[in-house]
Amino acid sequence: MPAFRHPFLPNAGEQQKAILAKLGITSVEALFKDIPSKFRFKGKMKIPEGLSEIEVRRHIEMLLEKNSTPYLSTSFLGGGVWPHMVPEVVHSVTSRTEFYTAYTPYQAEISQGMLQALFEYQSLIAELVDLPVVNASMYDWASALGEAALMTSRLTKRSTFLIPEFIAPNRKAVLATYTAPANVSIQRVPSNPVQGKLDLERLKEMMSSEIAGVYLENPAYLGYLEPDVDAIAEIVHDAGALLVVGVDPISLGIIRPPGDYDADVVIGEGQPLGNGVNFGGSLLGIFACKDDRRILRQMPGRLIGLTTTTEGERRGFVMTLQAREQHIRRERATSNICSNQALCAVAAAAYLCTLGPTGLRRLGEQIMQLRHYMERQMSKLDGVLAPRFQATHFKEFVFSLEDRKERRLSILALMKKISQEKIFGGIPLNLEFPKLGESALVCVTELHTKRDIDKYTASIQQALEVE
Amino acid sequence: MSGFRQARWNEPLVFERSKIGTIAYSLPAVEKEVQKALPKPIESIPPTLRRQTPPELPELSEPEVLQHFVRLSQMNYCVDLGLYPLGSCTMKYNPPINERIVQNPYFSWLHPQQDESEIQGILQILYELKQWLAEITGMNQISLQPAAGAHGEFAGALIIRAYHAENDELATRREIIVPDSAHGTNPASAAMAGFNVVVVPSNNDGQVDLQALQSAVSKRTAGLMLTNPNTLGLFEQKIESISEIIHDVGGLLYYDGANLNANLGRVRPGDMGFDIVHLNLHKTFATPHGGGGPGAGPIGVKGALSPFLPTPLVSFDGTKYYLDKERPKSIGRVHGYLGNVLVLLKSYAYILHMGSLGLKAAAEHAVLNANYIMKCLEGVGGYSIPFAPDTWRMHEIVISAKPLLRDTGISARDVAKALLDRGLHAPTFYFPAIVEEALMIEPTETFSKEELDRFIEALREIAEQAYDNPDLVSRSPQHTAASRLDEVRAAHPRTMALSWRMYQKRSKSQSTTQA
Ligand SMILES: Cc1ncc(COP(=O)(O)O)c(C=O)c1O
Repeated sequence: MPAFRHPFLPNAGEQQKAILAKLGITSVEALFKDIPSKFRFKGKMKIPEGLSEIEVRRHIEMLLEKNSTPYLSTSFLGGGVWPHMVPEVVHSVTSRTEFYTAYTPYQAEISQGMLQALFEYQSLIAELVDLPVVNASMYDWASALGEAALMTSRLTKRSTFLIPEFIAPNRKAVLATYTAPANVSIQRVPSNPVQGKLDLERLKEMMSSEIAGVYLENPAYLGYLEPDVDAIAEIVHDAGALLVVGVDPISLGIIRPPGDYDADVVIGEGQPLGNGVNFGGSLLGIFACKDDRRILRQMPGRLIGLTTTTEGERRGFVMTLQAREQHIRRERATSNICSNQALCAVAAAAYLCTLGPTGLRRLGEQIMQLRHYMERQMSKLDGVLAPRFQATHFKEFVFSLEDRKERRLSILALMKKISQEKIFGGIPLNLEFPKLGESALVCVTELHTKRDIDKYTASIQQALEVE
Repeated sequence: MSGFRQARWNEPLVFERSKIGTIAYSLPAVEKEVQKALPKPIESIPPTLRRQTPPELPELSEPEVLQHFVRLSQMNYCVDLGLYPLGSCTMKYNPPINERIVQNPYFSWLHPQQDESEIQGILQILYELKQWLAEITGMNQISLQPAAGAHGEFAGALIIRAYHAENDELATRREIIVPDSAHGTNPASAAMAGFNVVVVPSNNDGQVDLQALQSAVSKRTAGLMLTNPNTLGLFEQKIESISEIIHDVGGLLYYDGANLNANLGRVRPGDMGFDIVHLNLHKTFATPHGGGGPGAGPIGVKGALSPFLPTPLVSFDGTKYYLDKERPKSIGRVHGYLGNVLVLLKSYAYILHMGSLGLKAAAEHAVLNANYIMKCLEGVGGYSIPFAPDTWRMHEIVISAKPLLRDTGISARDVAKALLDRGLHAPTFYFPAIVEEALMIEPTETFSKEELDRFIEALREIAEQAYDNPDLVSRSPQHTAASRLDEVRAAHPRTMALSWRMYQKRSKSQSTTQA
């Protein structure tokens, strides 16, 4: 039988013979003799025969084209992953084989490029959120929230964590998964039904010596801004708890950074910073904290530090404070995380360098203008309440169908209807938050134009009229 | 000498390159009517929430941004350059076709909250990938949600927890056992899932000590986490007895799939008695590691445990693919969406490209390469090959530089650094901890005999140099972008700088204390 050959396997033919000869064996079978024969897999795995490159590509393209993709239409879907432009230069950076085919920079001397890029990521996010310590990434926003809750519990030795009433259900679900084994209980702080913001009176009542941390999001999951941040920080800190704030980093060119209102920990989803939507993965969990030794020692994840060569001549970068991590501290580590989302962090770094302070401000302004325009157009529609919350929003808002006797169309049916025109209209909220009625969360970004928005409102109007 | 010289740009931090007024962004114009509706958007923000000072991001032009990062990239070794024999990390070839495939706009613009009818293509891909991984591992049901190996371990440990909770035994089953050679994530994941960790030693053959295991188990045992082949590259031959010992006391057997590469098509964890496995797709299934991530750490379980898998689960009802969310016994979600789908898609392409014969051949080539290195290093002065002499290794080998240290003062770390100077990545060193001066070498199937010879020759040359002129070795690396770095300075409270702003603050306070 001729030897099996494959383009990814260099040691075919002569070389394989030479290797076998060096080992003094005639067949590779000899190497596997330690596997008890009882367990040896006989036969052939039921997976496809190998295909050629063209076939692989064609097959996958064929499958992917079965998707109905916003690429050829207009998407107003956000809620945690959002459509934003990815500048081509960012893609050029992350396509460098030196970055993407490297492992974790364990050997600092030969991995300075990745280390510096990650240090720059940490530094850029530090400027954005206004906190000096940022780790080299978590898996996503949701797991960052789970880790943040655990961290507040370790730091305060308390075991209740407060979250806002309106939080993304998937984020809340991951939080519950992370906190259950540590017996940290999660409680919801009610929101003001009209403005969405946290109910401060209720928050005050709920604060006690049991509360480890309080979590708020700005902008909130439902798009509105949380204005009472200074008061919240005071309430939380007066009770000896920690304030954790979740952000959409792309808003921070114009929105006040949480470090400025005394947040102890800031988390968020870094995907908008130069990473595609990609069906919700891969994401970028942001994790930042104050420069406080107690907090720092409890931080999860990798940290890159700036240092010098041992001769002190040159600047250089290393992974540092590793005594917190699993490979040293094992079962007493602050987290089990090892591989993270490094390449997404490099994309974020390149993105922030591309936007710069003015680009990020202008982007924020522009997004707010487009969102405002959409809110306004939607509010003109008969039977539509837009925005649902009386508050300032950033790039997302909720609209509701007014509760009228003659209306039969549910929000789900409405979204389905306009999807026939290739409009992905928003995330229906009726299941997540029944008390919001027939509502949807809509997302507007710099990718949208007036035409897209007009088309959207026209489709909604039409769908409601023909009812 | 190898003649290798890594680029050594004096590349400043991107902040130090900033020139006020320069831009690299390009934003679309906003239509007049839209602008007019809200001419001053910032004034619509409540005053308590307006950003008063802009973030101190750098200001550069687009060519300068690219230049900066390309220069940085040139100071980074990668698997496309050559051997990257980090033991336990399986640094194999990352086929470029896979990078192309994930740029398909039908994927890259796909949103996870679209209606199921709109995402049938990607769900089919994920479903088939699950079927293939189940077949490869001998498990019954797979979840693709975990974003990395450790994330999979956490999910797996939670499944162990859920299983015992269902049997009303969680109160007593508090312990997870790990061998002393286990990766750090194993005990850390077990602890995160609320278990106490019990460590069992290895015996002189580098295998789990059965007697020690026997005395470690009890009704408190929740499970055992194991890699097979283990981190010494040895196949745990007593796996059947191990499995019996654990199952007899009612525990579950967990497989850390970081070392699966040697087993492809030869032996399956499910057949060996494992109840739960995680895989590292960024190792065994050829997805790039991205300089630290993203990876993917799917988990698989035996049928009885499948109700506990994370929710939602990609499923198929005979006509359409869907996300099964009706999973009352599930441990819940571990990821905001369906995991690192970008990575999953690349592994799908890889398996399709390799096929069953290709995967099996990959395992064989990987094992041949590891043993070739071991054979060539036999008798090379300065190194020893601890544990189990005359036993073939699987995907990796662990050698010890203890004789070299004793004779010359040159440590495993020094050897590793000297390899860098020769344009080779270092092996993992000082792991597993049961080998003194460990160098853990995993060549994978990707590298040619010539490249392996270059590595073997380099190890030989470094040992010779250590005997002749140890200073030369201990000064290495000299040809990399940086020579050895001051880790104490990096971690010291007074000099620690984890961001540009911390660096500036620390430098300022230092210069004032000096003044
Ligand atoms: C044996 C072993 N287990 C687990 C892990 C953790 O995997 P990940 O880095 O993907 O979280 C690794 C990776 O380094 C490993 O080598």
